[in-house]
Amino acid sequence: MLEIRNLHAQVGGKEILRGIDLTVGAGEVHAIMGPNGSGKSTLAHVLSGRENYLVTGGSVIYDGKDLLAMAPEERAREGIFLAFQYPVEIPGVSTTYFLKAALNAVRKHRGLEELDAMEFLALIRERMKLVEMDQTLTNRPLNEGFSGGEKKRNEILQMAVLDPKLAILDETDSGLDIDALRVVAGGVNALRSKDRAMIVITHYQRLLNYIVPDFIHVLYDGRIVKSGKKDLALELEAKGYDWIKSEVAALQ
Amino acid sequence: MLASESKQHYLSSYREYYGNGRSRSPAWLKALRESAIGSFDRLGFPTRNDEEWKYTSVEPITSQSFERGRQPEAVSAETVLARSFTDAECNRLVFVNGIFVPQLSLWRDVPAKVRVQSLAEAIEHDDQILAPYLAACARHEREAFFALNTAFMEDGAVVIVPSECRLEAPLHFIFVSMAGDRRIALYPRNLMLVGAGSEVKIVESYLGLGTGNYFVDAVTELIGEENSVIDYYRVQREGDAGFHVAALDARLNRNCHFTSHAVTLAGALVRNDVHVALEGEGSECILNGIYLLDGHQHVDNHTEIEHRRPRARSFELYKGILSGNGHGVFNGKIIVHKDAQKTDARQTNKNLLLSEHAAVNTKPQLEIYADDVKCSHGSTIGQLDADALFYLRSRGLDFHEAQSLLSYAFASDVVGRIRIPSLRARLDEYLLTKFGRN
Repeated sequence: MLEIRNLHAQVGGKEILRGIDLTVGAGEVHAIMGPNGSGKSTLAHVLSGRENYLVTGGSVIYDGKDLLAMAPEERAREGIFLAFQYPVEIPGVSTTYFLKAALNAVRKHRGLEELDAMEFLALIRERMKLVEMDQTLTNRPLNEGFSGGEKKRNEILQMAVLDPKLAILDETDSGLDIDALRVVAGGVNALRSKDRAMIVITHYQRLLNYIVPDFIHVLYDGRIVKSGKKDLALELEAKGYDWIKSEVAALQ
Repeated sequence: MLASESKQHYLSSYREYYGNGRSRSPAWLKALRESAIGSFDRLGFPTRNDEEWKYTSVEPITSQSFERGRQPEAVSAETVLARSFTDAECNRLVFVNGIFVPQLSLWRDVPAKVRVQSLAEAIEHDDQILAPYLAACARHEREAFFALNTAFMEDGAVVIVPSECRLEAPLHFIFVSMAGDRRIALYPRNLMLVGAGSEVKIVESYLGLGTGNYFVDAVTELIGEENSVIDYYRVQREGDAGFHVAALDARLNRNCHFTSHAVTLAGALVRNDVHVALEGEGSECILNGIYLLDGHQHVDNHTEIEHRRPRARSFELYKGILSGNGHGVFNGKIIVHKDAQKTDARQTNKNLLLSEHAAVNTKPQLEIYADDVKCSHGSTIGQLDADALFYLRSRGLDFHEAQSLLSYAFASDVVGRIRIPSLRARLDEYLLTKFGRN
C-alpha cells in the first residue's frame, strides 16, 4: 500500500529525514518510535503534504501512485488521514458542519453520492459511540476550548467518519490521562481492518499496550535504525533510547 | 463637478425647496433647517485633510449632482422582504425613495401605548415631542452630512416606547432606494426613545434595488432611559452604485443596556459614524460589527464611545473580510471623562484580507482622563491561518473550500451574536452562500 524509499526532507533548510525506507501493507499496523527530534512528526507531515516541508530526495508510492506529487486534499481524498498531534481550533465552524463538508468532498472524489444532512447525522451519531463522544461536543465550534482528550477523540471520530485506507496517528497519546487513552485506543482498535493500514507514531511504549502493532520501527536521526515486532517496544521501555544511540554511533 | 460646486448645488437645492418659508414645516423645524444649512455652508464637504476623513474620500459623492429623491417607485413586497432578511409576518415600516409606503408595511399586535409612525406624519401634526430631541442634538453644527440630513429631512421612523414596556417582536424599518436614470439623494431621519425599564429590538435595513447612482444620508437618534434594554441592528445592503453615509447618535442613561449590530454587506461607498454617550452610571454598550467588502467597495466605520459617568462598560468587536480591491477603514475612539471612574472599555478590530489588492486602515484612539479605569484595545490585519488551512485540506477540502469555510467562520462569530433568530439564520445562510458551497 505504501512504499517509502530513501526519503529525504528538510524543514527550514535543515535536513530532518535522511533516508527513510518503510513498506506498509494493507491491514498492517506499524508503530514508529524514537527519541524527541528524531523526525517522527516530520515524517507524518511529509506524508500528509504539509507545505513547509521540503522533500529533497527519495520517493513515496501510495496505492501505485506518486504520493509526493499530490496536494494535501488529494491525499485525503485518496484515503490518507493524519490524526494531528495538536489539532487546530477553528472558532465559528462546528465539527458536524466541517466533517460533513470533508466527507462529501471525499465521497465525491470516490464517485459516491454526497450525504444529505439527515444521512450524515445518522452516520456521525453512530461513529461517535466509538469514542464515547456526545452531540454537545460535535455541535460546538471545532476543537475550540476542547480538553486535550476531547481533541484527540475528535481526531479519531473524524477518522471513523472519513474511513481512510491509511491512517497516520501522530503522538495520539500525548497529553492524555489513562482513561482518555483507553477510550482513544479503543476507538482506534475498532477501526482496524484488513483493508486499512495504520502508522502509529509515539514517543512512549505506553500507547502500544493498547494499540498492539504488527511491526515496530525505531527512528533516530532521520533514519529507521531498527525494526522488529512488539517485543522491541518492551525492550525500549526497559532500556530507553540510549542503547540505540550507542549502537548507531558504533556503526558510524 | 468640484466639491465647491457640489456644495453650491445642495445650497441652491435647499433654497428651491425650503427657502423663503417655502416648506410647510412648523416654525421650529424651519429654524432648525436654516441653522443646519448654515452649518453645512460653513463646513462644506469634508476632505482627506480632515483627520476624521483621512482614509475616505467623498469625491464619488461630490463629483455628481444628486437630486432630492422623494419619487415614488413600485417595489414588490417579496423583493423587499427577501432583500432585507425579513418575512411577511414582521412588523415593519417600509420607505421607498424616502416616502413611507403603507401598502408594504405591517403593524399589528403592538401595544397601543407604543408609538410608531413615520416622521412625515409626526411633522404634519406638529408633534410637540419632536422638537426638543431633533433640535437638541448639536452634531449638525460640526458634521457636514449630519447638517445636510437635518436641513433636508422629511421622513423616517419615530418610535416612542413608554416606560416598563417589553416588546418581544422586533420592529423593522426598511429603507429602499431605487434609482433609475435620475441620481437621487435621500435623507432618512429616525428618532427612537425607549422609556425606563423597557425592552425593544429595532432593526434598520437599507437596501438598494435600482441600477442608478444614489446617495443616502441617514441619521438616527436614540435615547435609552434608565434600565432600558435596547437591541439595535443596522443592515446595509446598498446597491453597487449606492453611496451611504450614516450617523447614529445614542445617549444612554443609568443602567441602560444598549447593543448595536452593524452589518455592512454591500454598497460602493459606505461611511458609518456611531456615537454612543454613556451618560448614566452603570450603563453598558456593546458594539458588534461585520463588514464584507469586494470589488471596489469602500467601507469606513467610525465609532466614538464616550464614558461620561462612573461604572459604565463598553465592549466593541468589529470584524471585516476584504476581497478584490476592497478598502476598509476602522476608527474606534473611546473617551473616558474625568468623572467616569471604574470604566471598563474594551475594543477589538479584526480584519481578514483575502486578496493582494484589498487594504484596510485601522486605528484605535483612547482618550482617558480618569485614573481608575480598565481600557484595552487591539486590532489585527491578516490572512487566513496557515495551520487551520492545512488542517482543513488534510481532511479533503480543497484550498478554495478551506478558505471559504474559514472566512465563514470568521464572520459567523459576529453574526452568531445576533439575538433575532430569523435574522441570524438568514444572515448565516447569506454567509454560507457567499463563502463557498461552490
